[in-house]
Amino acid sequence: MEELGNLINGFSVALTGPNLVFMLVGITLGVLIGVLPGLGGANGVAILLPLTFSMNPTSAIIMLSCIYWGALFGGAITSILFNIPGEPWSVATTFDGYPMAQQGRAAQALTAAFTSSFVGALFAVMLITFLAPLLAKFALKFGPAEFFAVQLLTFCSFVGMSKEPPAKTIAAMMLGFALAAVGMDTVTGQLRMTYGFPELLKGFDFLIAVIGLFGIGEILLTMEEGLAFKGKTAKINPKVVLQTWRELPRYWRTFLRSTAIGCWMGITPGGATPASFMGYGMARRMSRDPQSFGKGEIEGVVAPETAAHAAGTSALLPMLTLGIPGSPTAAVLLGGLLIWGLQPGPMLFIEQKEFVWGLIASMYLGNIVGLIVVLTTVPWWAAILRIPFSVIAPVIIVICAIGAYTVHSAIFDVVMMLVFGVVGYLFKKLRYPLAPMVLALVLGDMAEASFRQAMLLSQGSLSIFWSNGLVGGIVTLALTLLAWPLWTGLKSWLRAREAHYRLGGVR
Amino acid sequence: MAKTCSTLRLLTASAALLLAPFSQQALAWEPTKPVEFVVPAGTGGGADQMARFIQGVVAKNNLMKQPIVVVNKSGGAGAEGFLDVKGDKGNPHKIVITLSNLFTTPLATGVPFNWRDMTPVSMLALDQFVLWVNEESPHKTAKAYLDAIKAQPDKTFKMGGTGSKQEDQIITVMLEKAAGKKLTYVPFKGGGDVAVQLVGKHIDSTVNNPIEAESHWRAGKLRPLCVMDKAKMPYTAKLTATMSWQDIPTCASAGLPVDYLMLRGIFMPPGVSQDQVAYYIDLFKKIRALPEWKEFMEKGAFNQTALSGQEFVDWLGKNEQMHRVLMKEAGFIAQ
Repeated sequence: MEELGNLINGFSVALTGPNLVFMLVGITLGVLIGVLPGLGGANGVAILLPLTFSMNPTSAIIMLSCIYWGALFGGAITSILFNIPGEPWSVATTFDGYPMAQQGRAAQALTAAFTSSFVGALFAVMLITFLAPLLAKFALKFGPAEFFAVQLLTFCSFVGMSKEPPAKTIAAMMLGFALAAVGMDTVTGQLRMTYGFPELLKGFDFLIAVIGLFGIGEILLTMEEGLAFKGKTAKINPKVVLQTWRELPRYWRTFLRSTAIGCWMGITPGGATPASFMGYGMARRMSRDPQSFGKGEIEGVVAPETAAHAAGTSALLPMLTLGIPGSPTAAVLLGGLLIWGLQPGPMLFIEQKEFVWGLIASMYLGNIVGLIVVLTTVPWWAAILRIPFSVIAPVIIVICAIGAYTVHSAIFDVVMMLVFGVVGYLFKKLRYPLAPMVLALVLGDMAEASFRQAMLLSQGSLSIFWSNGLVGGIVTLALTLLAWPLWTGLKSWLRAREAHYRLGGVR
Repeated sequence: MAKTCSTLRLLTASAALLLAPFSQQALAWEPTKPVEFVVPAGTGGGADQMARFIQGVVAKNNLMKQPIVVVNKSGGAGAEGFLDVKGDKGNPHKIVITLSNLFTTPLATGVPFNWRDMTPVSMLALDQFVLWVNEESPHKTAKAYLDAIKAQPDKTFKMGGTGSKQEDQIITVMLEKAAGKKLTYVPFKGGGDVAVQLVGKHIDSTVNNPIEAESHWRAGKLRPLCVMDKAKMPYTAKLTATMSWQDIPTCASAGLPVDYLMLRGIFMPPGVSQDQVAYYIDLFKKIRALPEWKEFMEKGAFNQTALSGQEFVDWLGKNEQMHRVLMKEAGFIAQ
């Protein structure tokens, strides 16, 4: 129970007046950063990092990590209201969150998203509090083969989900892989598919593609359909929060499953984005009514948000204990630690007790403060939908353009965003699914690099994927998930054929 | 804490007073808007850490009236950042920090760019490379490890490193030459990942920079075998029960003739005036005199060689030639 004592000490460090103010400032800034697409948590923290150099390290990290929590909360807002993911990990939230908003249930969706985020984070922090050394040891078991296994599992838990024909899903996914391959190939050190254009050197950024495909694509579609938001009739009532809360305990299984997925992905470190996709994929697979997903199912908001926030929180663990960042924002925070004179890594927990436990205590407090801040603003966010489309659409486009620009400070990216917007519109018109393409774009190069690293290690033998229980187990689970829809498909086809013959016999 | 701060401020203030008459004469030019600090590498790496550290200390000590804004342009192994600086002719509000990719990227990828396309400002320091193995590895010295490599067939030992056809792989090739055997080189995204892969025993050795592996060493997970410099590192503070950076032997003394240092230097776009270059040379001189900088150097066990002007240009020319020869031998040059 040494941890409890440490934690209480941590609370006494974090719970001072100035630190509480820093928390509040951090959360508010973070929510705003999360709302603006493109200006992600990583960028936001990087911009504000210099402000903290003269602060003491504990207050500094409390404020910066609160920006991170705020961004995690805020990312859901635009995904639900406008189908524009504010952060990469909120892409999966759009699948059901946006349909809910269109049905006038934006406030419910927002409440569900925020509450799930909070639950995911809370479980992850508890895990960090009590199991940090153990989890750090577990993370060390992950070599290239294990990483590839986890990425394969993410893909497999997501395939076979689309309502579109498999050929279209595969086409969309392949396009995503092709786009992910542009730029530097880390394994050979060669440039691929850049055709001498310096603009293509950095490849296609996932964020820019997402802003274009979802945000701009959606606006083009709305314009065609008559310049109106369907969510206009949303009832805005503060009581909605309580009503939604009454509904949420029903999804305890989803909460638990997504928390487990999120913590796992954060620690290994797969990151919040794959975690949200996997959380959504698994929820749909396990659901008794998978057909309702994608049409405004509240569970489809709960699952990805819980997983994303659990992953985002537990991503700080490998950063603190091993010095490897579990997410881009964690990478920037890592730089901050060094500037404040702290060396992240296995010694941090021993040499900087006050700092580490102050940070962990601030994770509890920051998330509680965050939940209160965002829940009180739910009616206001939902009210944005009442603004006429002709006023809000240009504002959204401007915000999207700013977001796309901030990712790499390049005008070329704004042009790319518009191109992706048209692609998104065409995809929707031709009924190609966007999600597989986005998933391939975000995981494609990671999965490729891990696979090829594993192949280098094993000198070309696939047996490395069954070389120990951990990697073998994950790969087998992934392949089972992949085969499952084929199996159920085959079964129903066989049954249909049997029925056909029987009918034939009667005639 | 507050006391040290005010003492510090007093010190800097008095230093500024002393320098004031001199600097007014010497500095005809000063930045009139925020200075963009390009990092041709990702967030969290060694170059990024140094750039953000400089941004921080400049703001904290009021060394510049305008703020520094750090921008990461890591595309194409840094080519994106270098091309950006090359194309911004005559812009005095832009500087770039370089690492070895200044030489390796154009050679390996054929991207049309050379360090002569930019204006050299100054060398801040050189980053060391240390040969690391897992603490549980049976090889206690560089010589023992080299002998083990020699005794086994090709590709038995796995070396992890950052990126492909960059400094880590070049060092690996030098090592292969010394051993007369091939190693399996596995490229990873960043130095932090590489160190963790070694702690997890997925690879046999790394050539991490000191700062990337220091914490794991202190935690008793990694063991340094030798440093790839002509002399031992000067830092004597004990980091483990028995060892300091200075106790690590040079690779050459252990029978492994490998000598490689990585540039941490500053460049400006082409076509800037002498006054403008002089301003930044002076700025970085002031930064290097700060106690925070000395602490940063010790933490990362840097080689504190610093050059500017013609000396720096000569060093660059020599180093470029060395990379060209090494990479040609290894077959890393783009066709």
